[in-house]
Amino acid sequence: MPWSRIPVDPLETDRAQRLRAEGRRTITYREALREALEQALDTDPRVFLCGEGVDDPGGIFGTTRGLQDRYGRERVFDTPLSENGITGVAVGSALAGRRPVLVHQRVDFMLLTMDQLVNHAAAWRRMFGGRLTVPLTIRAIIGRGWGSAAQHSQNLQALFSHVPGLKVVMPATAYDAKGLLLAAIADPDPVVFLEHRWLYDTVDEVPAGAYLVPLGKAVVRRPGRSVTVAAISHMAGEAEKAARLLAERGIEVEIIDLRTLRPLDLETVLASVEKTGRLVVADTGWRTGGVAAEVVAAVTERGFGLLRRAPVRVACPDLPTPAGPELEKAYYPGAAEILRAVEGLR
Amino acid sequence: MNPTAIPDRVRLSIYRTMLLIRRVEERLCALYPDQEIKCPIHLYIGQEAVAAGVCARLRKSDYLVSNHRSHGHYLAKGGGLREFFAELYGRRTGCSGGWGGSMHLADPELGLLGSSAIVAGGIPIAVGAALAARMEGRGRVAAVFFGDGAADEGVFYESLNFAALRKLPVVFVCENNFYATNSRQSARQPLDNIYRRGRIFGIPGFRLDGNDAAAVYAAAGRAVERARRGRGPTLLECRTYRWKQHVGYQEDWEGGCRPARELSCWKKRCPLERFGRRLRRSGLLTPARERALTAEIDRRIEAALAAARREPSADTIECDGGD
Repeated sequence: MPWSRIPVDPLETDRAQRLRAEGRRTITYREALREALEQALDTDPRVFLCGEGVDDPGGIFGTTRGLQDRYGRERVFDTPLSENGITGVAVGSALAGRRPVLVHQRVDFMLLTMDQLVNHAAAWRRMFGGRLTVPLTIRAIIGRGWGSAAQHSQNLQALFSHVPGLKVVMPATAYDAKGLLLAAIADPDPVVFLEHRWLYDTVDEVPAGAYLVPLGKAVVRRPGRSVTVAAISHMAGEAEKAARLLAERGIEVEIIDLRTLRPLDLETVLASVEKTGRLVVADTGWRTGGVAAEVVAAVTERGFGLLRRAPVRVACPDLPTPAGPELEKAYYPGAAEILRAVEGLR
Repeated sequence: MNPTAIPDRVRLSIYRTMLLIRRVEERLCALYPDQEIKCPIHLYIGQEAVAAGVCARLRKSDYLVSNHRSHGHYLAKGGGLREFFAELYGRRTGCSGGWGGSMHLADPELGLLGSSAIVAGGIPIAVGAALAARMEGRGRVAAVFFGDGAADEGVFYESLNFAALRKLPVVFVCENNFYATNSRQSARQPLDNIYRRGRIFGIPGFRLDGNDAAAVYAAAGRAVERARRGRGPTLLECRTYRWKQHVGYQEDWEGGCRPARELSCWKKRCPLERFGRRLRRSGLLTPARERALTAEIDRRIEAALAAARREPSADTIECDGGD
């Protein structure tokens, strides 16, 4: 499908070639997701995988390809277009001891599941005094680009992050995609796992065996002393591009990839702001009430004295996503906006 | 089903369950105005035959999912009285640690996976438990209770569809008490045919007198057996009536919610009285035995209540990381 051919950053290709030349094991983000699912299905007989299209030839952008042939229709299966009902089914099976992984081809479809997700999955453990747990992983894909428009490209992480009882993960690299997905499946609570389509062809060194990347831990992607850029998902790569250009001008950006939005690793951000005194938060979602707003609020509350300048949000404008290519370009912030935000803090 | 065809032990057990539910609910009615219980209560008086009849067919290991009107379901599945009252009192020792209240009772040890106060919310959860049961392969089944209001909800049909598609071992038990809060079924549904709404998915459905414990027991037996043998789901529509307000301890005809005559008609069909009469007629229940049974139940209720009053309140809020 043409719309799944997302241009790969040439720097990514260089990086992949370099890693391969060094004899490292490199795979793409989508391959990393598939590998994690395969290893989870292999390791734990309680794990099953379902969702609309998990068994179709495309296999959810390749992330589930071949898994039904290998693990059978009882453990890997297509579902009716009953998003709320199937979420409830996944919750019930999790309560009865299974480890379901539910996949949505677009995050937007999760809005149909808010009752089961928020009223049920998220609340259940606390509502019953900790006697029941819902070990459920929900994968969903952010379908930016190619005119996907307002109902196939939304970034709804702030909605999910608002809800106590949910964990929200947005891996930015293939390494994290694999380790965080395995950690999400191993976790006793419901985890919303958001994948940005533009990351699918990015390449990283990924160990062949199973490993966990802990939930709730951010990572410093690039050390720097001038400005902290806390970035989410696809924006971590955009921050990297901005940082390279800024480095040429002597501005050292410290990039923190938040990785998990709930629970948020505020300590890592505060430690960085303590050093830089300046904060830019780059989100893939909307500005108002967004994750960037939460990070800025939390840092201001806890680290007001550390800040030498007012923090800045880089986020999408408060509008539904447009379809036209020039409108898309105007709509999405990227490296250029991060660069401007950082320069504005000097 | 001819009630005499039910083994004496089971008949007595069903009666005891109904009586327990009735006495607990009546005790709550007497207690509630004191405001010691600080949570909404949705009483089950009038509907006892449904919970008692269905749960008499379930094993301890079978799954059950309930709704906001959960007292009867919890007690019929074998839930502890002490944990029940403690929960209503917001105690740490409550079955949900004081976090759930009256609408959210659970006991994982008894397969009671919880009760949802979002209408129809528990239905797909029961289907999921049935899916897990099938994957596990030990012959467990799942049952779910819901009202006629749940048949208005989309997720009810999504759940029927998926359960039928996968032939899952689940029994859908609709307690049609003809009202969603104060909205009559006829104001919400063009046809009075909930039991037939599984047919388009190939799910057999049966309408039964939900105030006849023997009828419920018989129909539930067939449905549970069918599920256990891997033949798929069944939908039971049990027609019954709630005597009290939607929420609270009073009757609601005075406020114009429902006609008084409707209530008095249904009271004449009291499920406890009807089943008791049969037991008395067959000599299974003598006046002395009935008195002893009631006294024993009341003693247990008072002991559980006294304990709940003494126990420490749940009062600690601890957040998870990031919460």
